[in-house]
Amino acid sequence: MMNYAVQADGLTVARGPRTVLRHLRFTVPRGQITGLLGPSGCGKSTLMRSIVGTQAKVTGTLNVLGHPAGHPTLRSRIGYVTQAPSVYDDLTVRQNLEYFAAILAPGRPAADRRHEADRVLADVDLTSHADALAGNLSGGQRGRVSLAVALLGTPELLVLDEPTVGLDPVLRRDLWTLFHDIAATRGATLLVSSHVMDEAERCHRLLLMREGEILADDTPDALRTRTGTDTVEAAFLRLVDEAAAAHRTQQTTRAQETTR
Amino acid sequence: MSTTTPAAPTSALSTSRTAATAARVLRQLRHDPRTIALMILIPCLMLILLRYVFDASPRTFDNIGASLLGIFPLITMFLVTSIATLRERTSGTLERLLAMPLGKADLIAGYALAFGALAIVQSALATGLAVWLLGLDVTGSPWLLLLVALLDALLGTALGLFVSAFAASEFQAVQFMPAVIFPQLLLCGLFTPRSDMHPVLTAVSDVLPMSYAVDGMNQVLHHTDMTATFVRDVLIVAGCAVLVLALGAATLRRRTA
Ligand SMILES: Nc1ncnc2c1ncn2[C@@H]1O[C@H](COP(=O)(O)OP(=O)(O)O)[C@@H](O)[C@H]1O
Ligand SMILES: [Mg+2]
Repeated sequence: MMNYAVQADGLTVARGPRTVLRHLRFTVPRGQITGLLGPSGCGKSTLMRSIVGTQAKVTGTLNVLGHPAGHPTLRSRIGYVTQAPSVYDDLTVRQNLEYFAAILAPGRPAADRRHEADRVLADVDLTSHADALAGNLSGGQRGRVSLAVALLGTPELLVLDEPTVGLDPVLRRDLWTLFHDIAATRGATLLVSSHVMDEAERCHRLLLMREGEILADDTPDALRTRTGTDTVEAAFLRLVDEAAAAHRTQQTTRAQETTR
Repeated sequence: MSTTTPAAPTSALSTSRTAATAARVLRQLRHDPRTIALMILIPCLMLILLRYVFDASPRTFDNIGASLLGIFPLITMFLVTSIATLRERTSGTLERLLAMPLGKADLIAGYALAFGALAIVQSALATGLAVWLLGLDVTGSPWLLLLVALLDALLGTALGLFVSAFAASEFQAVQFMPAVIFPQLLLCGLFTPRSDMHPVLTAVSDVLPMSYAVDGMNQVLHHTDMTATFVRDVLIVAGCAVLVLALGAATLRRRTA
C-alpha cells in the first residue's frame, strides 16, 4: 500500500496563455486532512482539478491513489466538490443525490440508494430539506448538497474546494467534525482548500500556496515553530517575506554577476 | 500494489446509467410543466392555424402540414437540447459527471432517450390531430409519419447537443437556431420544390438532412407503400442523427482548460 494519496513532482499547469502552477513538488499523506491554503487566485482550484483529472494541459508527474491522475478507475474512488455548487437546480435535493448515486453504483436496488441518500443528508445536516428544490435553497445549503454528492459511495480521497465558505460558524464546526470523523473512521484522505487561514488549525497538514507555488508543506505546529509565529496566518506572511527577500538577494547577486 | 475498491466499470454504454440519466432529464422537465405544455401544444396550435389559413385549398394544407409534422420535432428538440446541455456545461454538473464513472455515450444516450420519449408524445398528438381532426389526407400509414417525426426529433437533439459546445451563453445558444435551422427550412422544399431552385441551392439542399425529413413525409403522403425513396430518406436522417451525436460526444471533454 502506498503511503501517499497524492504525489506530485514537476507539476506544471497552463491555463490560457498563463502558467498557473509552476513545478510543484508535494505529497498528500493517506488517511489525513491536508489543507490547501492560499489567497484567491493562487491556483488552488486548478491544482484540485488536476488531481481529479478534469484539468487540461497538465505536465509533470501527478499520481493519485497509485495511478496517474485522471485514470478511469479513479473516477469511483474520488469524491470531488467543485468550488461553485454543481447540482441540478430543477431537481429536489433527494432526486439529485439519487441520480448521482445511480451513476456511481449502477444496478443497486432503489432502496439502497435511498438509504445512502439519507445517510449523506444527515452528514451535511440537510435532512429537513430533502424534498426542497435545490434551486430554492440558499447558497450555503446548495454547497452542502454538492458536498453530500461527494460523500456518496465511500470515496478513498475527498477533494473539497472551499467547502466551508459562507457557512455560519456552527455549521463550519460541524463540517470539520465530520471531516475528521471521515478521516478517522473510514481512513479516507481529505484535501480541503480554503482562502481563510483560520481553517488551517483544523488540518493535520498544510500546503501553503501563493502565485502558483508551494510555500510550505508541513504540519501547522511545525510551521509556527519554524517561523517563530503564533498563527498560521503570521507564518504565511513570514514565509512570503522570506521568499521575497530571497528573490531580491538572488536578483542582486545575478545583477552583480552580470556587471562584473 | 492493490486497488481495494472494485471500481465500477466505465464501459462504453451502461444501460442502467443511461436509464438513470434519461429519468433524471425527464424529472427535471417535470419540475417545469410550462415548458412541457408549450412543447406539446404549440405544434398542435400551429397545425390548427395552418388548416384555416389554407381553408380554401386542402391540398396545400396536406403538403405543408405533413412537412411541418417533420419539422416541429426537429426544432423543439434542437432548442430544448441545446439549452439543457449548455446549462449542464455552465452549472458544473457536466464537470462533476465526467469526473464520475459515467461514459460520454451514457450521457448522450440518456438525453436522446428522454427527448425521444417526449418527441413521441408531441408527434403522436400532432399527427393524430392533423390526420383525424383536421382532415390531413395521407395515402400511406400515419405510423410512418410518426417514425419520421421521431427520427427528426433525434436529429434535433443531436444538432442541439453539438452546437451547445460552441455557445457560451443561452443568448448565443438561441441564436444558433436561425443559423442552423432557417437555411434548412428555406431549402428543404417546404416553400417550393427543391428542383425549382437555383441549381446551386438544389445542390446545397441535397446535403442538408431536413430535405430528406420533409421528402420522407411527402413520400408517406402520396404513396400507400414504403417506397425505396422513403427508405433512403429514413436512413439518411437516421444516419445524420447518429453522425451528429458522435460529433456531439467528441465535444464532451473530461479535461477542460
Ligand atoms: N478558465 C480559465 N482560463 C484561464 N485562466 C484561468 C481560468 N480559471 C482560472 N484561471 C486563472 O488561473 C489562476 C488560478 O485560478 P484558481 O485555480 O481558480 O485559483 P484559486 O482557486 O486559488 O482562487 C488565476 O490567476 C485565474 O485567473
Ligand atoms: Mg478556487
